[in-house]
This record gives sequence, C-alpha cells and structure tokens, in this order.
Amino acid sequence: MPKVKVDGVELEVPAGATVLQACEQAGKEIPRFCYHERLSIAGNCRMCLVEVKPGPPKPQASCALPATEGQEIRTDSEMVKKAREGVMEFLLINHPLDCPICDQGGECDLQDQSVAYGRGASRYDENKRAVTEKNMGPIVKTVMTRCIQCTRCVRFAEEVAGVPEIGAIYRGENMQITTYLEHAAKSELSGNVVDLCPVGALTAKPYAFEARPWELKKTHAIDVMDALGTNIRLDSRGRQVLRAVPRINDDVNEEWASDKTRHNVDGLVRKRLDKPYVRKDGKLVPATWAEAFAAVAAVQHGGSVAAIAGDLLDCETMFAGKALVEKLGGSLLEGRQTGLSYDVSSLSSVVFNTPLADLETADVILLVGTNLRWEAPLVNTRIRKAIKKGAKIFAVGPEVDLTYKVEWLGNDASLLAKLPEAVLEAFKGAARPAMIVGGGVLAKDGAHGDTLALVETLGLVKDGWNGYNVLHFAAARMGGLMLGYATKGGIKAVAQAAPKLLISLGADEVDYAAFENSFKLYVGHHGDKGAHAADVILPGASYAEKAGTYVNLEGRVQFGEKAVFAPGDAREDWSILRALSEALGAKLPFDSFEQLRAEMVKAVPALGVEGLADYGWSVPSLPTGATGEFGSPIKDFYLTNAICRASPTMQQCSAELIHGVEYAEAAE
Amino acid sequence: MTDAPAPAAPPPFVGPLTDKDRIFTNVHGFQDWGVDAAMKRGDWDNTKKLMEIGQDGIIDIMKASNLRGRGGAGFPTGLKWSFMPKESKDGRPSFLVINADESEPGSCKDREIIRHDPHKLIEGALIAGFAMRARAAYIYIRGEFIYEAKVLFAAVEQAYEKGFIGKNACGSGYDFDVFVHRGAGAYICGEETAQIESIEGKKGQPRLKPPFPAGAGLYGCPTTVNNVESIAVSPTILRRGAAWFNGFGRENNRGTKLFQISGHVNKPCVVEESMSIPFRELIERHCGGIRGGWDNLLAVIPGGSSVPLVPAKEIMDAPMDFDGLRALGSGLGTAAVIVMDKSTDIVRAISRLSYFYKHESCGQCTPCREGTGWMWRVMERLRTGDADQSEIDMLFQVTKQVEGHTICALGDAAAWPIQGLIRHFRPEIERRINENKGSAPVMEAAE
Amino acid sequence: MADAVHIPDEAETRARWGAFEWTADNAEQAKKVIARYPAGRQQSAVMPLLDLAQRQVGAETQTNGWLPVPVMEYIGRQLDMPYMRVYEVATFYTMYNLAPVGRYHVQVCGTTPCMLRGSDDVFSACKNKGLVKGGTTPDGLFTLTEVECLGACANAPMVQINDDNFEDLTYDSMSAILETLATGGQPKIGPQIDRQTSAPEGGPTTLKDMVTENHDYRGDWA
Repeated sequence: MPKVKVDGVELEVPAGATVLQACEQAGKEIPRFCYHERLSIAGNCRMCLVEVKPGPPKPQASCALPATEGQEIRTDSEMVKKAREGVMEFLLINHPLDCPICDQGGECDLQDQSVAYGRGASRYDENKRAVTEKNMGPIVKTVMTRCIQCTRCVRFAEEVAGVPEIGAIYRGENMQITTYLEHAAKSELSGNVVDLCPVGALTAKPYAFEARPWELKKTHAIDVMDALGTNIRLDSRGRQVLRAVPRINDDVNEEWASDKTRHNVDGLVRKRLDKPYVRKDGKLVPATWAEAFAAVAAVQHGGSVAAIAGDLLDCETMFAGKALVEKLGGSLLEGRQTGLSYDVSSLSSVVFNTPLADLETADVILLVGTNLRWEAPLVNTRIRKAIKKGAKIFAVGPEVDLTYKVEWLGNDASLLAKLPEAVLEAFKGAARPAMIVGGGVLAKDGAHGDTLALVETLGLVKDGWNGYNVLHFAAARMGGLMLGYATKGGIKAVAQAAPKLLISLGADEVDYAAFENSFKLYVGHHGDKGAHAADVILPGASYAEKAGTYVNLEGRVQFGEKAVFAPGDAREDWSILRALSEALGAKLPFDSFEQLRAEMVKAVPALGVEGLADYGWSVPSLPTGATGEFGSPIKDFYLTNAICRASPTMQQCSAELIHGVEYAEAAE
Repeated sequence: MTDAPAPAAPPPFVGPLTDKDRIFTNVHGFQDWGVDAAMKRGDWDNTKKLMEIGQDGIIDIMKASNLRGRGGAGFPTGLKWSFMPKESKDGRPSFLVINADESEPGSCKDREIIRHDPHKLIEGALIAGFAMRARAAYIYIRGEFIYEAKVLFAAVEQAYEKGFIGKNACGSGYDFDVFVHRGAGAYICGEETAQIESIEGKKGQPRLKPPFPAGAGLYGCPTTVNNVESIAVSPTILRRGAAWFNGFGRENNRGTKLFQISGHVNKPCVVEESMSIPFRELIERHCGGIRGGWDNLLAVIPGGSSVPLVPAKEIMDAPMDFDGLRALGSGLGTAAVIVMDKSTDIVRAISRLSYFYKHESCGQCTPCREGTGWMWRVMERLRTGDADQSEIDMLFQVTKQVEGHTICALGDAAAWPIQGLIRHFRPEIERRINENKGSAPVMEAAE
Repeated sequence: MADAVHIPDEAETRARWGAFEWTADNAEQAKKVIARYPAGRQQSAVMPLLDLAQRQVGAETQTNGWLPVPVMEYIGRQLDMPYMRVYEVATFYTMYNLAPVGRYHVQVCGTTPCMLRGSDDVFSACKNKGLVKGGTTPDGLFTLTEVECLGACANAPMVQINDDNFEDLTYDSMSAILETLATGGQPKIGPQIDRQTSAPEGGPTTLKDMVTENHDYRGDWA
C-alpha cells in the first residue's frame, strides 16, 4: 500500500494502482480519452498528463504510470495546465466544428473537456483533415473525421468482444480507424463501441438524429432480450423509447449490453397490439374491452384453465396470471414454451450457480450444448476474461465460433458419460471448475441427468464454489420457475389436458396447433404468433411500459421501472388480469400494483429481495444416458422474440450479419 | 569553445586517429566482407578467450571503457548491459536486439559496418549477448537496406558454419543464436520499443515505459536494445582494453566514432575518427573543406536530423562530442554531420525535416500525430513567407507543446530542428514574411 | 488524405489473386523465416512474409510487386493472425505497395541531406523522362515515389530502384540511368562518380593500405 501525495495531500493507495487512480482517490478529476477502466491501457491520448516527482522534468501519462511510494503528484500545476491545453488544442485542430449536427452533442467527452481544459480559441489556420466514413455494420454509424484515434473501439473489439475486426490502418496523421475492408463488424456486442467512443465518430445508426440527450427521460430498467438481466437505462421522449443503454453493474453486465438489448427498442413501436380484438367468423376484429371480456366470460371452462407464460414477462404479470388461473379453478401453468420438460424439483439444479463475476475466476470450464455467443453474449465475455487469466475451455456440442480457443470434444451427448482423460485430468487439478449447460442439453432426454452426474465426477461443487450452471435464455424463466410455471411433462402435458380456456401471457413461441380445441386468450403486446392464434386479444405492456420484478439466470432478483405508457388502449398486464378477473366473477385480491407485489412476496418471499435468491443445493436423481447430437435452440440471434422480430434494426442485423444480405445504403 | 579538462585526464584531443587505432578497417569496402577476409583483419580471433573474461568481467571492461551508446542518446553501454537479470527467475530467456534501423536523416554508418564489416557486428553480438546472458540476438535491419541485409544474412550463415555462433559458440560452451529481422519502411522502428513491437509482427508503435525493455521487452522477456556501432566496437575494446579506448576523446566522451559527413562539403564521406575532434579538423582532413570555403558555411546539423542546427561561427572549432555539442544547444546524436553552406534555403531545409517527421510519425499519440502535420504546414508557409510575424512565436509554442508530451522521443526530434531554426535564423524568417507582405503574391514554382 | 493510395477494387483483386499460393521455393523460404522466431511467436514472421509475397507477386506480374488483399489474407492464415492485424502492418510500413507498381519502382530520396546535394535535379530528370510522383508511366515501366531518407547520406543524392541503390547522382547521371533501364540495360549500381562507396571522392583519407590489400593492422597495435 504505497503512500503518495496528490496536490500536497498524502494518501495511501492500493498496491498496483496507477497515478490516475491515486488522483481519483484523492478526489481530483483527471481528464482522459483513451483510458477506460475495462480496456487495456493505451496511453495515447496524452490528456491525463500530470506532474510526478521523482521523475523526468516533463509531464507523465497518469493512466499508465504505477503509483509508487513517496511520489509527489501535482494535478494543479502550471505544467499540467499547459500540457492539458496543448493536448486539447491538438485534438481539436483536426476535429470538425459540426457539434450542432453531431449526435454525441451533449454527452461528448471532447466537448466537455475542451470547455474545462481547453484554451478557448483556436490558433490553427490550416485546412482541417477529412476522413471518409467507414461501414461498421447496421448498428454503428461512423463520421471518422471526428475520430481522435483513442483506439478504445479497437481495444474493445479485440479484448472484450473477441472480434479483432476493428483496427487502425496507415500511420501518422493519416491513421484511420476502420473495420477490416470496411465490412460490418460481425459482433453481437458492436454497439458498445458507441458508448466507448469519447467523441461523435461512432454513434448509433438506428438512433441517428433522433434526440438530444438533455430532452430524454431516463428510466432504470431491466433488459428482457436474454436471461442475463442486463441493467439498462431506457431513454424516452414522450411516449417513445428512443434508446436503451447499459447501466454499470459489475455483478451482471459490467458496462456492456448486446446489440439486441440496445436496439430492439424500435420494435416497441411497431406491430403493436393497441386495442382489444375478438375473433368473429374466423377473423380477428377490433373490439371494446367490454366486448373482449364478455367473449372470454362466455367460455364454459368449468375450471379447465391453463396459463402459458412468455419469455419476456415480469414476475408480477406471471403472479397475477397464476392467481387468476387458480381462482378460476385451474392449476396448469407452464412457461417453457418450446416444449422442454426438465425436472424442476430442485431449482438449484436448473440455475446458473456460479455468480457471473466469479465465473471470471474459473480455471477450467466445460461447455455443454450451448452457443454462448447467442444464448448469453455477456456470459461469453466473462469466459474470455477467465481465459485471459489462464482458464482452459472444453466443449461438447455443435461447433461454433465463440471468439476464443475451445477444445471441441465432439457433438455427441454420450460423450458426457465418457469424457476424455485429458478433460478429467484438467478438472482434477482445477480449483474453480465450472460447467455450463445450455439449452441444447435441457431439450435432450437424459442429458440433464448426465450433466448432474458430472458434478461429482468433475468435482464442480467445492467449499464456497458451485460450478454447476444451467444457462437459460428467457428473461422470464427463473422467475417463472419460482412462481410455479412448470408442469410435469411440460407443454405437452398441458396440451394433453386440453384446457377449455388457455391464457397466453405473451407466449409467442408456443405451437398453438396443439391447443386446437382450447379457447385462446392472448394478453400481450405484439401482433406475433400468439396473437395470430388467439380468439381474444387483450393489449398489454412491453417491458418498457411497466414496472416489474425479473429474476436472471443466476437467480438474481432485480427491479425495473416503467419508462413510457403503453400505446393506444393497451394497459399494464396486471391491471388487465385484475379487470378480467372481475368480469369473470373471480375477482383477484389486489387493487394496485403495490398490493399485487405484496401478495407475490408473501407467496414467494425471495422475490421481494434484490440480489441472488438462495435455492440451496440439492441434486435430484434423474435418468441419464443421453445419446445423439445436441441441437441449437436459437436459430437467429437477432430475432428471438416478438419485440425484436418487429424491430427493423434487428431484421437488418439478421439479414446482413447472419444471412449475408447486402443492404444498399440509402443515398444521403 | 575551449575546455578545461581535469589535470589527470589525457589531453582533450590527441590529434587525428591513426589507422592502427581504427576499429572498422574495412569501412569503405575495399576488401571482401566475408568471414575469411574478416578473420585476416582480426575478427573472430580467439573469441572464446574474450568470453573467458566472464560475463561480469566483460561488463566491467565495457563500463571502464566509458563507451556511450552510438545510437544517439549516448547512454553508457556497459551500464545498460548490467541492467539485465543475472539469472532468469521465471524461466523467461533474455534477448539482445541490435538496432540496425538506421533511418535518421544524415546517418549512414551502420550501413557501412553491415555491408563491409559484418563480422565485427556478429562477433559483438555474441560478446554482448553472452555478457547480458541473452539466448539470442535479433538484428533489426531497416527494410531499405536490401543489399546490406543480403550481406548480413550471408555473414550470419558463415558464422554458423564456422561454429562461431549457434550451439557451443566459439567452443565456449555457450549457446547463442543470431537472427536477422528486416524492417519495411518506418523510421519509428529505430525507437527501441517500437522496434520490439515490429519484431513481434505488429505496427511499429512505441510502448509505454515503464515497463522498460530490460524488465519486459521482446516477447515480454528481458531485452536490451543496442545500436550496431555500440555492439560492433565491443570485441575490439575487449581485445585492446578499456584504457586504449579511453585514450581518445575528452572525459565522458571517450573512444573512436564513425562520423558521417553529408551536405555542402567538397567530399562527403563516412570516416572513423577520434571523439572530440574539432569540427574544422574533421572537415579539412577528410572532406576537402567546406564548399566555397569556410566563409561560405551557414550552419551545421551535427548529429542527424533530430538535433538543432548550430550556426557556422559557433560550430567551426567546437569539439565533436556529446558534451561539446550539448553546450551549443545541440547534440552529437549519431554523429551524422549535415553541413549547409550559404546557398542553402535554410527554412526549406528544416521544413523538409518537418515533412520527414510528419511522414514518420506513427500516429499513436496525439501531440505527435497532430503536431507534426501542423508544424510542417506552418513551416511551409514560413518558407514562402505566407505567414504573420506572430506565427513564428506560435510555431515555437507548438513545438513546446509537442516536446516532452509524447510517448517516445519522435515528438522531441520533430520539435528541436524547428526550435533551432527559430533560435538562430529568426531574422531570415521575418525577412521572408516582410517581403511577402510587401510584394504582390508570388506564384510558387511548379514542382 | 492526399497521401492515401487508391486500393484496387476488391472483387477484381479477389478474382485475380484469390488462389495465391507460395511457389515451391518460397514455401520453403517461408518455413525458414518462421523458424527464426520462438514457437508460438509466428506473428513475428509477418513482415518478412509480406515482403516475400510482394516479391512473388512482382515476379508473377513482371513488376516490382504489390500486396493484393487475398495475398495478405493468405499470410494471415499461415500465421494464424487476424486479417485486420496483417492489414494494419501492411498499411503501416511504407515498403509494402498497396497498389500495383511498374517494372521499376524509382524511389528518390527527398530528405534534407539529399535535398542539399541536389535531389531537385534528380526529380527533374525523372520528370523530363515522363515520370510523375505517385504514378506509373503509361508503358508500365516506371513508378516514381518520393521517399524519406534511405540512409546513404554521404552519397547523396540517391535513388533506390527496385533492390539497387544509385548514388552521387546528378541530373545527367539520373537521366542516363533511366534511359539504360528503359532500353533493357543494367546501369552501374552504387556511386555514379569516381568514388569507392562512402570514401571521399578521389580516394580515401584513411586506411589507404586497405585499397590494395586486406591489411591486418594488428601488427601496429601497441
């Protein structure tokens, strides 16, 4: 713990800290462009120069200099002031004066820091440099004349995304940041470079010219595009969400968000169900709420009622749905829309037991039947960090490019019972071994049991460490399981019970042909598969339009706030169910969201506490002996749910990045 | 410029070097560079015996010789070698990198060593590598030295065939490899950490220091980067002793040195001379004098393009060594002496150097990437006088904003020539501006 | 971006160079090059391999060679390097030609030491032979490039044409060199005046014994 002096104030800093960190600890603001906590140190912008004694009689880049015992650091001297002014001037001489038409305006590091540390006027009398725009794909818009060559995007692509497709070509003042041959960056995380870019060189293409940051309402929400529970901020104006950006949560998403998380939001205003519909003569026609309720009330269900929960639901909606089913005399609840029927007698055997932040410290990891890049891109980035620290990765399943070196053992479930000696050897020596069980496993008979059998063989559970991880990719999954949305036998069993009334809560991945004889009530927000099959549609709210509780794949309980109102006549789901219950003569016992939440917490106390739910640890005895190939449950990363299927940006990503369709740029 | 040496020290300059004390006897390539001819000249003469002095012993002799690095910075070579770890704590090997990326405008000495006396370099590589306990040497030769690289590859091959390097080098029991790595056109790769990056197969962008190469250099291993000349003189120093080497030049500026004289002298040449030789004597003795006589001398860039110029009357009798030239606000650098007579467009001469630095900036850090282009553009306007008087001071300030603010020394090197020009030739710049203001715009001659 | 070269059309280049492979000799040479670097550090070989490839392309096209993108990618695959990293290297170093050049790549040094000794005249000689900076003559014979210091300052002004240096040039000697090349001849390499390498014109001032014999000075050591 070295002691240093910052502007005359002595303080102790952690061993290994940099001078910049020491200054921050002392409460001094150090301007910077290239330095970023989550990327390697480049030291190239030279904005963070400070005066350090002992040392050469010139300012030092504080981001790269280790803090050592007895250093005297000055951030307020004339030398430092001049150095900052100088660097600022150099950064600005070739930067265009196009702030009024730049999307970064108002949240631009260059703007802010030039006000704080710049000279105030330009002495540059030469022509400014112009750099051609580069194609970086459907997500990232480039105005490369604005680029200050900080290389954050280059480092992000290589280090975090694992897609070394961004680079700096040429040299000197001709140095340019570009993707390889200006082809789209093939990364599901490319949008993060927009946040990283300290200037307006890389901005979000779908958000171009949409809004100024100061006119946006900022709402803290939880993303539902996958089961990670990315902490996001929804920026909205009026009734429309204009963008989603990640919030920092080191336990969950760090500082990142996938492109799907960021850019599904234009799907929130398309294909929306904004009024009730009732099927008449085989066709869905608009109706009033009263007509719709009456149509449902007309169903003679006699207690034969079931509910299927969609993948994007908050716990409150699922709780209200469950309460209604029970009130009507039914009991069939299911959330595993695609027909999975794995054993849920122990939630600890179907959850991601290793906290995500701890996964970085794993030393051997076995992936089974999973494409992490698509099922949970931000779990994949954790594994990249583990590899950097020396972890070794094995995998059983269909071979895919995970952006790092994997030893593929083959795609045959029977391998689980006879893992190669090298794998067993690696696990034997591991202090923090982990296994990640993907969606492909849960779909295969016996495979879940095979992986659980490996817990013992591979020594996955140790003191203070549980390396058995099931990877879900539906945001509603863990919450649904906690609320009982699982029927023995899965959807198939529900269909066999042939419920007279089927309540579909935003379930768009179900094969409704199996429910031919059920009266199907759809409560949801998009005109997708569920709505098409429905007999009555009640327009609900998307994740952006309601507050709610979500449980991520680790069993982490998180709360999201409501950013905007649902469009048209659409209402928050819980209030629809509450109103419907009254129309059906089965009035639910809550009149407000708060009351509902209190009821829910009374039923499942863990849902009332933010943080990791404790499922204990018990291994059910399950059949084993799976054989054959694992499949890939996700066919198209960008089109996994009703919202992104409605999003033009996601459709374009799918076409361009997955199906290789070339999009002609609209001539500007 | 006279100096007052300590009483016990040898006289400052003992007269011109005689041939018997020249290290690079085939510097002009009158004779074959091959190993047999080189051995006849004394190279590879019982190198094993030199190695028997022992690693610390060799470093002690090098320290005692007071050899200062010949690549420009003049850091004591023996001391630099002593920074290398005496044993590997974690199994990492050590490397010697020999900087043959001779790209400093004015410098052309390493070329002569490589194409005419390559075995001095290879023998030096073994001695130096052995002394610093390196596993191998990589000689980084600039890409444009195509013929020189061919010679060097062949010479290394010869040394392997003779058993001088490789397993049990020279029968010493020490295993040592020498590899040649060719650059591909980038001045910045002469900077030691950029050179290391380049050997690793990356763009030649300097690294941040710390960590220094002696701790983590090539492939993350302890590495010392030395100039060709520093390495190539080391076998002779060991053979003839530190005292012999100390017999030349002033205190703190010992030894012999390859001078490269270009520009407006009657006979430009490369020649090995004693350190501290007065400028006038160097030129008279070897270069046939200044073109048009001494009265026609305008200024001299005494150490390669990176050092500030020195006006005629200050340099004429100055000793050509590190301290002597530093006292004139310049430096010895690589002893690349660029002579300019009164026919020189001095502003253009310096502006062309500014273009060079703009062209060679790696682009990594802000002050250099942006500053070199800015400085050159202002210099070009000063050349034609298309500027305001106030811009002279502004340019000077800009050079100060670059100097000392960059990752490597290229920023400093780009700044100093301009500072030297403004310091010594301000009236000339002002004259051009005034004349340009007074007359109608002059059409630039088409290039 | 006046300095940026115009990189040829990708589709066309891929059609022509997509099937690039080392010749048998070069495949052998590439192996030797890679062996110079420690195991796992094969990326170090990227610069020598790019040079080798440029020479092979030159041989195949009867020019001084260039680096089509598929050729860079071929090297990237051989070295297990991301294409972007190869591309960065190829664009950083000036000796890699990103676009085709002529039979002779005439690289005239224009930096100060050469400028002081008359590189303007050398450029004039080029210009009067129809060479244009940054361009290739219509007959495909000459590409003229102004380069930075090539490290032969004591023999300024100088030009490097393909692998050869021509030094101590004047307008006339440069013109003669271009003429000789244009007519398929081989001009004398090195200094174009009465001079041994970088020794003073007319004869050395030092080490005169070396002129006639491989003199061993050790006998004179005290």
